[in-house]
Amino acid sequence: MQTSTAHRRGVLTGAAALVAASAAQAAGETVSLPFANGERPMGVYPEKRPMIVLTQRPPQLETPFEVFDHGAFTPNDAFFVRYHLSGAPPRGLNAATHRLKIGGAVETPLDLGMDDLRRNFPVVEMAAVNQCSGNGRGFSSPRVAGGQLGNGAMGSALWRGVRLRALLDKAGVKASAKAVEFNGADVPPMKAIPDFIKALSVEHARQDEVMLAYEMNGAPLPLLNGYPLRLIVPGYYGTYWVKHLTDITLLEQESQSYFMQKAYRVPDNDCACTPAGQPATQTRPIGKLNVRSFITNVQDGQKIGAGRRVALRGIAFDGGSGIAGVEVSTDGGKAWTPAGLGQDHGPYGFREWSTQVALGQGDHVLMARARSKAGEVQPMTQTWNPPGYMRNVVDPVRVVAA
Amino acid sequence: MSPRSAQIAAFLALATATLAGFAVAQPSAAPPAYSPPSETSRLLDGPDLAKAQTYCLACHSADYVTTQPRGMPAAFWEGEVTKMRNAYGAPIPDDAVKPIVNYLTTAYAAAPAR
Repeated sequence: MQTSTAHRRGVLTGAAALVAASAAQAAGETVSLPFANGERPMGVYPEKRPMIVLTQRPPQLETPFEVFDHGAFTPNDAFFVRYHLSGAPPRGLNAATHRLKIGGAVETPLDLGMDDLRRNFPVVEMAAVNQCSGNGRGFSSPRVAGGQLGNGAMGSALWRGVRLRALLDKAGVKASAKAVEFNGADVPPMKAIPDFIKALSVEHARQDEVMLAYEMNGAPLPLLNGYPLRLIVPGYYGTYWVKHLTDITLLEQESQSYFMQKAYRVPDNDCACTPAGQPATQTRPIGKLNVRSFITNVQDGQKIGAGRRVALRGIAFDGGSGIAGVEVSTDGGKAWTPAGLGQDHGPYGFREWSTQVALGQGDHVLMARARSKAGEVQPMTQTWNPPGYMRNVVDPVRVVAA
Repeated sequence: MSPRSAQIAAFLALATATLAGFAVAQPSAAPPAYSPPSETSRLLDGPDLAKAQTYCLACHSADYVTTQPRGMPAAFWEGEVTKMRNAYGAPIPDDAVKPIVNYLTTAYAAAPAR
């Protein structure tokens, strides 16, 4: 990975004047996310390179942003980690003995080992972005409670496993079933604390893209990313991507899980927003990713050579329609020019984009704005909601050309 | 080849190289023993620190508190303590709520020293 990274940087930047983003941070150092009280330690966890530590118990780790400049796939050892309960990650997990049970409103309950999954169902593989609902929450204005994340709670991987529908068909879903609940091996530290259980409608669960993955990027899932099996819900926020999956239960009514009924809900209106500081009167479970893009090779405050063509590049993604185009601006959003799109890894993955810009001497505000094939365009101003979810504003990157 | 198509070709070549470079999967490899770094985050000093240590740190590390925005009003912390009690079932007794809210509002009033 490191070799191809260095190679790519060489190819694409060549003699361009951009200064490489930053050196890898070592454990024990701190980084400063660009909002108030954004100081974070770097830490090394099992199977991970040094990551930005949001919390230690349970571990919540953010990907250092420069990683996103190294391709359309986020390496496993840099992939972000989010847990809810302090018993996480569960101890003693072992693919050789792990069981997945499918029960509830089915004709034939199933109890499967990992070898059953690997051998008895067609293998599917898909690139898909997993993004935390609260990615970028630290930038909310006014600030909101919750994990104060920069933009590193996202990643795209090539997931390999089986289609959920294949398992549901094998079990035989009863006509009365309405919802599918997913539970993993992580358990709450006290009985009164709700278990982390998520649900999809039966209709959604039967879609082509919903899968159970046992590998990401060609290797078994890291423990902290759901080993040995996790739910993959392409196009939907990471909250649905249940890790260490043990139980799939068909329900004849809506899920009553705390994490469906109370948490991970957005205002139930078109913008999923409320006036700043105001609570929502009606909410719905969070759903699809909105369209988003980032400039990955230039950081806010960076100095750039003036008068020469320099590379500008980044990533874009949406909830699964695919990226139709990315435009860039060097004047704070007045004029826009289209960037070139990189290889298409499928509608749910990161789509790389790149272009070249020439900047006159002085201050400039660089921006990237993505448009999805469904016609959604990133907003120039960010709406607000109480939990700080679904941020996707066009981010200004201020540079000085000299 | 135009500069743009050369760039796209580079994307393609490197994406392929990246995929080819992935490790071969070991289907039933056991996970490594889980040994996270020791917990080092600490609550800041303040009135009734001991109560906050008892009731907040039972379920999560101190950085859940210390990374929140600073200088938030008592209502912000009251909302959090209420959420922990009602939504997450934290066994915080009634008479500990006010001291903990007061601790959080006071100890995290100012921006961190740099």
